[in-house]
Amino acid sequence: MHKLNFARTALLALALAASAASASTGGGGAVWETWKADNDIRSTASLQRGARNFVNYCLGCHSLQYMRYNRIAQDLGMTEEQVLANLMFSGQRAFDPVLSPMPNKDAESWFGRAPPDLSLIARSRGPDYLFQFLKTFYVDDSRAASTGVNNLRLEGASMPHVLADLQGLQKAVFHVERHTEKADDGREVVTQVKVFDHFEQLRPGKLSPAEYDEFVRDTVNFLDYVGEPTRVQRENLGIWVIGFLLVFTGFAYALKLEIWKDVR
Amino acid sequence: MADASSTAAGGRRSRFYDWLCQRFPIEAFARSQLLEYYAPKNFNFWYYFGVLALVVLVLQIVTGIFLTMNYKPSEAEAFGSVEYIMRDVSWGWLIRYLHSTGASAFFIVIYLHMYRALLYGSLKAPRELVWIFGMLIYAALMAEAFFGYVLPWGNMSYWGAQVIVSLFGAIPGIGEPLVEWIRGDYSISDITLNRFFALHVVALPLVLILLVVAHLVALREVGSNNPDGIEIKKTTDRNGKPLDGIAFHPYYTYKDLVGVGLFLILFAMVVFFAPTFGGLFIEPPNFEPANPLNTPEHIAPVWYFTPYYAILRAVPDKLTGAVLMGAAVLLFFFLPWLDRTKVKSIRYRGLSYKIALALFTVSFVALGWLGLQPAEGTYVLLARIFALIYFLFFLAMPFYTGKFEKTKPEPERVTSHA
Amino acid sequence: MSEDVDQGRRKFLTAATYATGALGAGFAAVPFVASWAPSARAKALGAPVEVDLSTLEPGMLTTVQWRRQPVWVVRRTRDMIERLVTLDDKLKDPQSEDSDQPDYARNEGRSRNPEYLVLVSICTHLGCLPKQRFQVGVGEGGPDWPGGFFCVCHGSRFDMAGRVFKGSPAAANLRVPPYAFVDDKTIMIGDDDAPAKGVA
Repeated sequence: MHKLNFARTALLALALAASAASASTGGGGAVWETWKADNDIRSTASLQRGARNFVNYCLGCHSLQYMRYNRIAQDLGMTEEQVLANLMFSGQRAFDPVLSPMPNKDAESWFGRAPPDLSLIARSRGPDYLFQFLKTFYVDDSRAASTGVNNLRLEGASMPHVLADLQGLQKAVFHVERHTEKADDGREVVTQVKVFDHFEQLRPGKLSPAEYDEFVRDTVNFLDYVGEPTRVQRENLGIWVIGFLLVFTGFAYALKLEIWKDVR
Repeated sequence: MADASSTAAGGRRSRFYDWLCQRFPIEAFARSQLLEYYAPKNFNFWYYFGVLALVVLVLQIVTGIFLTMNYKPSEAEAFGSVEYIMRDVSWGWLIRYLHSTGASAFFIVIYLHMYRALLYGSLKAPRELVWIFGMLIYAALMAEAFFGYVLPWGNMSYWGAQVIVSLFGAIPGIGEPLVEWIRGDYSISDITLNRFFALHVVALPLVLILLVVAHLVALREVGSNNPDGIEIKKTTDRNGKPLDGIAFHPYYTYKDLVGVGLFLILFAMVVFFAPTFGGLFIEPPNFEPANPLNTPEHIAPVWYFTPYYAILRAVPDKLTGAVLMGAAVLLFFFLPWLDRTKVKSIRYRGLSYKIALALFTVSFVALGWLGLQPAEGTYVLLARIFALIYFLFFLAMPFYTGKFEKTKPEPERVTSHA
Repeated sequence: MSEDVDQGRRKFLTAATYATGALGAGFAAVPFVASWAPSARAKALGAPVEVDLSTLEPGMLTTVQWRRQPVWVVRRTRDMIERLVTLDDKLKDPQSEDSDQPDYARNEGRSRNPEYLVLVSICTHLGCLPKQRFQVGVGEGGPDWPGGFFCVCHGSRFDMAGRVFKGSPAAANLRVPPYAFVDDKTIMIGDDDAPAKGVA
């Protein structure tokens, strides 16, 4: 009894301490940080669109070295001919991995950084991150010497705004906030922090904002699938396995009860 | 099947079986370990975790063998070979997830298994050696898990290895040469990976199996404890069978089967629906290949090491932190002697022990959570407080147990049955 | 209190538990056993190989590798093709009844198109690589040698359709792999099916 009471009190104290700690590190999230990809990995239509988007806009620089074309065909319900016609460059074969034609050495000198392989990006960063990344490019004059744009999700991104013709170009409007913090020695330190306020559209793109959202969502969905192609199969099988285990455990339990009648 | 005794089966026994039994103690073993081994009849929830640990051990070995068939232990190929298993090898993804979930399941099961000993005094005489072997298994398991996590050669694999191996550099005098000797190189490299592979796949599994056998032999020698903490062998019938004992087979074989079934259901739920378990079982940075030029934002060990990691970071000095971290594990070995109680089970123990155990439990969990957070601000203070409680649990134990405990009288016979 | 033990119920439950358990063990074994099947990478590496015939002159041979095996493609001359029927009584298995080839290669020339011969160049005796001896009357075969292949390891001889001569240690004709013509000037080795599959 005492053990439980103590545990509860201690956990409550812990929770209070934790919330106090997080409050002191300051600053809530901006609106864009709450955007969710909301992708449906079971939607074959979305995945097919995403695959097409990826090939048209991303494959020029980014590879999917752990993904094979014939696997995409199989999982997305396409025939090999369809994959051949819509997704593959010449000279590649269906069982080949999805490799970008861009040579890494050149990429490094052009962009300052070789475009990373994206096979697992959805697993290391998460679909929400990718969604936010593709939606928060903005014109930044201080980057006129390189890509001319910056990114709220990834500050100083080396990637140009490849989807600019679809989204259009936007400007990020910031406002300045004054933060007052207590330094370790007790003095008060005032810092000026640039905080994102809202986007302003400078130039429209070919797609409406809603259409662009769907474009990004489909592409992120495809990358999510590429990160773990067996996911749908895994979940489907899980139902059967757990169902079977329930039956087995049911029999085992009935047997246990029956046998244990002997014990007194 | 052990069900058939020699008299009952009688005429159905084959000559081959007789031939075998004359040369190998099959029947004697089955009889002594299953049919005539008497376990207390009041085993409860806390008594499932031993057999579950065995199940997970077998699972890890089998899935581990199959992973080794396709894994390549070189810096150049390791990461790619794991993705090869996940994508190209038929059912490779399932074998991988079984193994990664199994590793975390092993620690959940083991922690609960150890906790049972703290609740019911299973580590007290005459079972100290069972506890010692068990602690050695725990230590070997931690090493095995550490080496195993390096093998995928993700970014967390690399940096986790870097941090933990460099801890040994804190040892005065021999520190740096020791670290170089462990690594086999001037930094964590292909050479280190290959030797960790050998340790993980061959050396430590052999050690673990031997220790498990020793653990079970020691247990069978003295017999199991039970939730009432009394020795059932003290009250026997005319034939020497403990009155409160029941044959292991069929009672606990069938009961354990239910436990195994329930465990597998929970296990399957994780494997099939949440194999990364929100990033706790497989951490996101590990989906990026190892990059010596880029540290992950938060280097944290896998969740089962975080209590000790929190203790390590609670101390500003590297050597003292490492020593305390080691002490935190070592103190467990001394528990049978630190605990002065005459009464084994918490059901009859004094308030002081109950409070101490509660505080220890909260501290262990809290330290585990803190180990996952960045070491800044209030978290550091909390880690220090809980680390202090953790150590006091052990170090003050000779003082708040035994003479100073107001225990209740133990019963003569067990008070329930399963 | 002692109730009567319902032995029937016990037997049923025991049997049901064991049966479900055995079934479960069987299911559990499937992924492990199946994981040994050739992986997607193995299938990719063992994929059909394309051979360009445009540079192959009559009487010439080219070697390619398919599934780690050496495979010959020979462009036979008119003479070579016509000579094939005259050799039947010198051969162990002139109609290819006991040798390994696809159905379309079970003819005199052991090929889809008599002009092109495709053979796995591994001697059916003990696995050496035979050498080409296309010139008539020249070499180890003696003055009556009609042209073909000679295996230097143990002396097996094969004709211009890979059929084994009597007196050779090898028992069977050389193996013909599955193959197909993608077009007039391209052969795909390793695939019987419709051409142009898998080629962008």
